[in-house]
Amino acid sequence: KTVALHIFFDYLSPRAVNVDLQTDATLQVDISDALSERDKVKFTVHTKSTLPNFKQNEFSVVRQHEEFIWLHDSFVENEEYAGYIIPPAPPKPDFDASREKLQKLGEGEGSMTKEEFTKMKQELEAEYLAIFKKTVAMHEVFLCRVAAHPVLRKDLNFHVFLEYNQDLSVRGKNKKEKLEDFFKNVVKSADGVLVAGVKDVDDFFEHEKTFLLEYHNRVKDSSAKSDRMIRSHKSAADDINRIASTLYTLGTQDSTDLCKFFLKVSELFEKTRKIEARVAADEDLKLADLLKYYLRESQAAKDLLYRRGRALVDYENANKALDKARAKNKDVLQAETTQQVCCQKFEKISESAKQELIDFKTRRVAAFRKNLVELAELELKHAKGNLQLLQSCLGVLKGDT
Amino acid sequence: MRSTGSYAHQRCVACAQNISNQKLVQGILDSIPSPEAACLSAEDISPSSNGPRDDDPDDLFAEATEEVSLDSPERQPILSDGPSPAITPVTPVMISPRVDVFDRSPDQDEDEEENRDTFDIQISVSDPEKVGDGMNAYMVYKVTTKTSLSIFSRDEVCVKRRFSDFLGLYSKLASKYMHMGYIVPPAPEKSIVGMTKVKVGKEDLSSVEFVEKRRSALERYLLRTVKHPALLKDPDVLQFLESSELPRAVSTQALSGAGILRMVNKAADAVNKMTIKMNESDAWFEEKQQQFENLDVQLRKLHASVESLVCHRKELSVNTASFAKSAAMLGNSEDHTALSRALSQLAEVEEKIDQLHQDQSYADFYLISELLGDYVRLITAVKGVFDQRMKAWAKWQDAQVMLQRKREAEAKLQYANKPDKLQQATDEIREWEGKVQQGERDFEQISKNIRREVGRFEKDRVKDFRVVIIKYLESLVHTQQQLIKYWEAFLPEAKAIA
Repeated sequence: KTVALHIFFDYLSPRAVNVDLQTDATLQVDISDALSERDKVKFTVHTKSTLPNFKQNEFSVVRQHEEFIWLHDSFVENEEYAGYIIPPAPPKPDFDASREKLQKLGEGEGSMTKEEFTKMKQELEAEYLAIFKKTVAMHEVFLCRVAAHPVLRKDLNFHVFLEYNQDLSVRGKNKKEKLEDFFKNVVKSADGVLVAGVKDVDDFFEHEKTFLLEYHNRVKDSSAKSDRMIRSHKSAADDINRIASTLYTLGTQDSTDLCKFFLKVSELFEKTRKIEARVAADEDLKLADLLKYYLRESQAAKDLLYRRGRALVDYENANKALDKARAKNKDVLQAETTQQVCCQKFEKISESAKQELIDFKTRRVAAFRKNLVELAELELKHAKGNLQLLQSCLGVLKGDT
Repeated sequence: MRSTGSYAHQRCVACAQNISNQKLVQGILDSIPSPEAACLSAEDISPSSNGPRDDDPDDLFAEATEEVSLDSPERQPILSDGPSPAITPVTPVMISPRVDVFDRSPDQDEDEEENRDTFDIQISVSDPEKVGDGMNAYMVYKVTTKTSLSIFSRDEVCVKRRFSDFLGLYSKLASKYMHMGYIVPPAPEKSIVGMTKVKVGKEDLSSVEFVEKRRSALERYLLRTVKHPALLKDPDVLQFLESSELPRAVSTQALSGAGILRMVNKAADAVNKMTIKMNESDAWFEEKQQQFENLDVQLRKLHASVESLVCHRKELSVNTASFAKSAAMLGNSEDHTALSRALSQLAEVEEKIDQLHQDQSYADFYLISELLGDYVRLITAVKGVFDQRMKAWAKWQDAQVMLQRKREAEAKLQYANKPDKLQQATDEIREWEGKVQQGERDFEQISKNIRREVGRFEKDRVKDFRVVIIKYLESLVHTQQQLIKYWEAFLPEAKAIA
C-alpha cells in the first residue's frame, strides 16, 4: 500500500534535543516540509542567511537521507575537522515495521467490525506519523548543529548541500566501499584499545577518556531499557483500547441497568487510553530520543578522543624517530619536519578538542535539564488529566445507584 | 457421620468407574424415576444402563430429609412456618414426602426477593497450609463462617478444607439442583501445573501467587454459593461449613467444576439433536438464551483483553524497574554533579513507579480478570440450566408419545378380547397419564425456577459488576494520585540542574 504523507513543520522545535544553539540571523536552517513516498523520504531544507556566500537570502532545496550521510561523511573524512566533535548523522528513516502493520491490518480487514478497523487504522496511521515526525526532527537537528558550529558552518560541502537545487547524485556506498569501511572500523577499534591504554599527561583529557568510555556504555544501556519500558506502555494502552471496544459492545447489548454503566466506562477508557498512549509517546520523545541522541553524540566525542589519541601516538613516534635520527645524524631535517607537523597537528586537535568537550558537556547538561523538566511536566499534565477523567466518571457512576 | 447428599455422589462414582461419560450424565440427571429412559430418542444416550431404579430416588431424598430431622434439633426452625427471611421454596419437586415442609404457596415467591436483604453471613478462606510432602502433598485452607443465621449451630465456625472438598461440594450441589433449574455457582478450576509447583515445594513468587489466586477463588465460590437462598440451607453446604470432619471427596478427577458442566452440557447437546424440535411458546426463554449467548461471547473477549493487560502491566513494571537501575548507573557515571543527582532522583521515581505498576496489575487481575473468569463460568452454568429445561420438555413430550402408544395398544386389545392383557394395558395408561402430568408439572416448575433464578442472577450480576468496576476505577485513581505525587517531587530536582 502506498502511503504518502505530506507534513509541515513550522511548529516543531528544531531544538527538541539540543538547546542553546545560537539562533543568529547569519545562518538559519530548518526542514520546512517532508514527503514520505513508498521507499524514500524527501526533506525540504529551508535556509535563511545574510552571508555573502549564498546567491539569495532565502531558499529551499529537496534532499534525501543519503545526501545527509554524504555530508556527514565528508566532515569525518576531512582532516581539518579532526579536532571537532562531528555532529552525529541522523539515523535512516525506518518505516518498515509500521508499513508491515498497516499491510497486516489491510489483510485482516474482513475479520473485524468496521468500527474496530477504522480505529486500528487511525492508530497505525498516528504511529506512522509519529515515526515520520521523529525522523524529520533528527535530520533537522543534524543540520542545525552544523549551522551552529563556528567552523563547520563555513564548510563548502555544507553550502552546496543547502543551496544546490539539483540532485547531488551521491549514490550509496557500493560493496567495495562498505567493505573498506568495515576494515577501517576494525582497525580503528583495535587502535582505540591501544590508544585508550596510553595514559595521558593531560589530566583533563585523561578524565574525559575515562568518563566517556563509561558514560557511553551506560547511555547505551539506558537507551535500550527505556525503549523496552515504553513499548510495554504502548502495549498496555492498546489493551485498554480493546477493552473499551468490548465494553461498548456489552453496553449496547446488555438488558440490565449495566448497559448505561458499561457505556460510561467504555467512554472513560477510550479517553484514558488516549492519554496513556500520549504518555508513552512523550516518554519516547523526551527520554528515549534524548538518550539515543546522546548515545550518538558520546560516540562522536569518543571518536574525537580517538583522533587526538592517534595524533598523540604519531607525535610521540615522531619524537622517537627524531631522537634516533639525531643520534645517527641521518635524515635529521626530514625527521624534524615530520615532528613539527605531528606536533602542530596534535596541538591543534588538543586545543579545539578541549573546547569541544567542554561545549559537549554544556549542551548535554542543558539538553537533559530541558527534557527532564519537560518530561516531568508532561507526566504531571497527563496524570492530572487522567485523574480528572476518572474522578468525574466515578462521580457519575456512584451517583447513579 | 452420615454421608447424605453424597449418595448421589457415590452413584456417580460407581458410574464413573464402570461406564462411559454419557451414562454418568444419565446417572446425575436421571435421579428422578424414569424406568423408560429409553424413550429419549437421542442417539447418544444408551438406554441399556437404565433399568428400573424405583428404590434409588426415594433413598436419595429420604436420606437428605432424615439427616435434617434427626441430627440437628437446632434446625427445627426450618420446619416451622415462621417467617425466616432467607427461605426460598426449596422444592425438590420429585419428592412427595417433603413437599409439605418445604413447599410454600406460590404467591410467596415474589416476597422472598425483598427479604434477602437481611442476609447475614460472612465467609473467609484463609491461612493456606501445605500438608505432606512431594506429589502427595496438598494445601489445606481454613474456612471461617461468621453468622447470626439460626440454621447454623454456632455464631462462628472454623474448619479446615482442601481443594477437592470444594469440588466435592460443587458436584453434590450440581447433581441435586441443576436439573431443577437452579443456577449452581461452579467451583474454581483445577490446575495441574500450578499445584505441581506448590507440591514440589517451590517457594517462588509464582507458586505464592497461585495459592493466593486459588484461596481468593475458593472464597468467592463459597460466598456465591451461600448467597443462593436454596443452597444456603442445603445440608451439604451446612456440613461443609460446620463439620470438623468431611468424608474425602474421591474421584474428583472425574468431577472438576468444568468437568461437570461439560458433561451436563453434553447431555444438553444430545437433547439438541433430538428429532422433535422444541416449540418455544415462551419468547422470554428464547430471548434470554440469546442474551446469555451474546454476553458469553463478549465476556470471554473482555476477559482475554484484561488478561493481556495484566500481562503487559507486569511487563511494564519489570521493564520500569530495569530502566530505573540503568538510570541510576547513568547518574553515577555522569560527571556533572547536579545532573548526576537529578538522574539518581529519576531512578528513584521510576523505581517507585514500577511498584505502582505492579500493584495496579494485581488490581487488574484480582478485581476485573477474576470477576470476568467467574462470570464466564457462571454463564456456562446458566446455559446448562436452560438446556435442562429443554430436556424436561423432551421428557414430557416423550411421555405424551408413550401415552398415545399405550392408548392405541389398549384400543387394539379391546378388539382382541384378552381381558388380562387389557387390564395391564389400562394400568399402563394410567401410569403414563401420571407421567405426562408429572412431566408437565416438572417442565412448568423448572420454567418457573429458571425465571426466578435468572432474575436473581441478573440482579447479582448488576451488583457485582457495579461494585467491582467502581473499586477498580478507585484503584486507577489511586495510581494516578501517586504518579502526581512522585513527579511533583521530581520536578524541582530537574529544574535544579544548573
